[in-house]
Amino acid sequence: MHRQLVPALRILAVLTVLCGIAYPLVATGVAQAAFGDRADGSLLRDADGDVVGSSLLGQAFEGDEWFWPRPSAAGDGYDGSASSPSNLGPTNPELLAAVAERIAAYGQANGLAPDASVPVDAVTASGSGLDPHISVANARLQAPRVAETRDLPLDDVLALVDDHTDGRSLGFLGEPGVNVVTLNLALAERG
Amino acid sequence: MSSANWLQLLAVAALVAVGARVLGPYIAGVYGDDQRSYGDRAFAPIERLIYRLGGIDPGAEQRWTGYAGSLLAFSLVSVLALFALLRLQHLLPLNPNDVPAVPAPLAFNTAISFVTNTNWQNYGGELTMSHLSQMAGLAVQNFVSPIVGLCVAVVLIRAFARRTTTMVGNFWVDLVRGTVRIFLPLACIVALLYVSQGVIQNLDGFRRVTTVSGGTQLIPGGPIASQEAIKQLGQNGGGFLNANSMHPFENPTGFTNLLQIVTILLVPFALTYAFGRMVKDQKQGWVVFAAMALLLLTSIGVATRFETAGNPELTRAGADQTTTVDQGGGNLEGKEVRFGAAGCGLFSAVTTGTSTGAVDCAHESMTPGGGAVPLVNMMLGEVSPGGTGAGLYGMLVFALLAVFIAGLMVGRTPEYLGKKIQAAEMKLVVIYLVIAPVAILCFSAISVALGSARGSILNPGPHGLTEVTYAFTSAANNNGSAFGGLAGNTDWFNTTLGLSMLLGRFFLIVPVLAIAGSLVRKQRTPATAGTFPTGTPLFAGLLTGVVVIVVGLTYFPLLSLGPIVEQLGL
Repeated sequence: MHRQLVPALRILAVLTVLCGIAYPLVATGVAQAAFGDRADGSLLRDADGDVVGSSLLGQAFEGDEWFWPRPSAAGDGYDGSASSPSNLGPTNPELLAAVAERIAAYGQANGLAPDASVPVDAVTASGSGLDPHISVANARLQAPRVAETRDLPLDDVLALVDDHTDGRSLGFLGEPGVNVVTLNLALAERG
Repeated sequence: MSSANWLQLLAVAALVAVGARVLGPYIAGVYGDDQRSYGDRAFAPIERLIYRLGGIDPGAEQRWTGYAGSLLAFSLVSVLALFALLRLQHLLPLNPNDVPAVPAPLAFNTAISFVTNTNWQNYGGELTMSHLSQMAGLAVQNFVSPIVGLCVAVVLIRAFARRTTTMVGNFWVDLVRGTVRIFLPLACIVALLYVSQGVIQNLDGFRRVTTVSGGTQLIPGGPIASQEAIKQLGQNGGGFLNANSMHPFENPTGFTNLLQIVTILLVPFALTYAFGRMVKDQKQGWVVFAAMALLLLTSIGVATRFETAGNPELTRAGADQTTTVDQGGGNLEGKEVRFGAAGCGLFSAVTTGTSTGAVDCAHESMTPGGGAVPLVNMMLGEVSPGGTGAGLYGMLVFALLAVFIAGLMVGRTPEYLGKKIQAAEMKLVVIYLVIAPVAILCFSAISVALGSARGSILNPGPHGLTEVTYAFTSAANNNGSAFGGLAGNTDWFNTTLGLSMLLGRFFLIVPVLAIAGSLVRKQRTPATAGTFPTGTPLFAGLLTGVVVIVVGLTYFPLLSLGPIVEQLGL
């Protein structure tokens, strides 16, 4: 066994240097040189140049002046150090009660008819708890509330929604979605 | 499913088929006895340096016992080194978030998990692992653990290709060549593609920012792209961050999601082509390819159908799950908008048909029928197309069983690729097939009987039973995906899941190497009119049937108490 363990230890050490030190460090160097902004997290800055988040990570928004993101199970909501789904099963009464409550709150806030159905993404927690997107249908339903609260023409708000809609990659990969973080940042910049 | 979703599936199939056709002959060149090998001028000097530093004689071939000894010694040293690193990470550099040492039971579980290519995670990466532990510990095993599986598959292929010898190759050479010639070059390319899409690659800790609406948020840092590349290429699946491939920093766009899926499938399918090359009968490789593809496409179809149809309970509550131009729809609990329900169905089938276990949606929150797909995929023994090497040797074990059953029907000694399959081999095949079910059924039964273990279950009813069986199925088949509600970081689950992973890895590898050791000594008998042909669509059908029937008989009672009863109750 000793005859096997010594080469095992030596080969593991060599491969650790190669795959565990050299490879990630070289990758970091090349990535920083070629795609510095993206390698650092696609950070968003406000008009003053302060970092206010990442265009890839959702943030918590409450209040009628903002577009609301999806429910989040990351920590107390959109906690960047605790990404997580809810892990509630499809028949768990806890999930169904939470969804019913969110549907009622969403309908009331956005002035929907009492029996109107609500886009599913608005009332279900995302996988990461940091989903930056909502569906276009969800954004359109929220637009009148945001426009009214901010005293903006509805058409302007709907145009902003269009501007912040990310289409499918290459036109056919994944699903389209409205980036709530960049959309709300654009709203904030308009004052 | 929208037409874009169909195009997405078509793109995956086309890219994997082309990729396998290109990479297959290259892999055959790396490992075949008389194959053309590419890139010697670039790679050979690096390999010679590694052999010298490692004190290896690359010319010395081993018998199967010596090969198994080297493999086990390497794995043992790997577990101990990784355990030590996790326990000492607070004293070492590259720990920008000042995370403490990993507690011993969790370090035990995690070390076994990554060395066995499982990547089951009883922790969230953000607050548990230092960057050094991720890079020099976990990611190193992401490279070498799939190659260990690849080595075993290569030995089994050589057992069919060679005749009347006892030598099966040199473990150290096979390990080093797989690293230097296959996985490192692929990982370098894929890592940069990830960064170009927004996967982060830096050495920073958390950045605290004031958000748009005036709150605070921690933005994680880390060398994620480099780890993401090898996580998928080697069917590892362990996330740098807790949310794994659901996290926008691991999987930011529809394009990266496609890249993840394709790189997961690339090497396992390419190996079927390399297999055909090395045994000099390409039809045999295509038969294995076809059986794997049939199982995989079926599971993708079922999972996608259930998830896009949505959860009837949510519709009853008043949620709109229809697919329109303005929303993807479907069951979106635990899913990201940018991937949608179809992206989840596709990814969940691919990640469990292989031994990957990365997730782009929460499997626990899938519909009962949709969530049964990953579970059944793992129960099949990870052969559609399975992990690097492990999928191929798993499918070849099923092929031995299939020719044995066919031989019983016609009353002849079964043969596969000209080698007679006799009692010695069949006994080893049976050992291979019973280990995982025994671990899964026994540990699951004990866990639901123990009050303390039941306390770890999140969801009530049949779903809770599925949560526990999913965990042991994932561990014993070295997958690593989870019904994530289970609170697995307890002494009971850290220990029993750790044992399941060890059983499901090494108690399968050693019988396969023993089968190879037995077959390699045999003469290759020429095919006659009475030989059952194994290069035909008929055999692909028989092989698929054997996989499904063997699993169906073993697990059907358990499935009927879990997902089946839950689905019927909807």
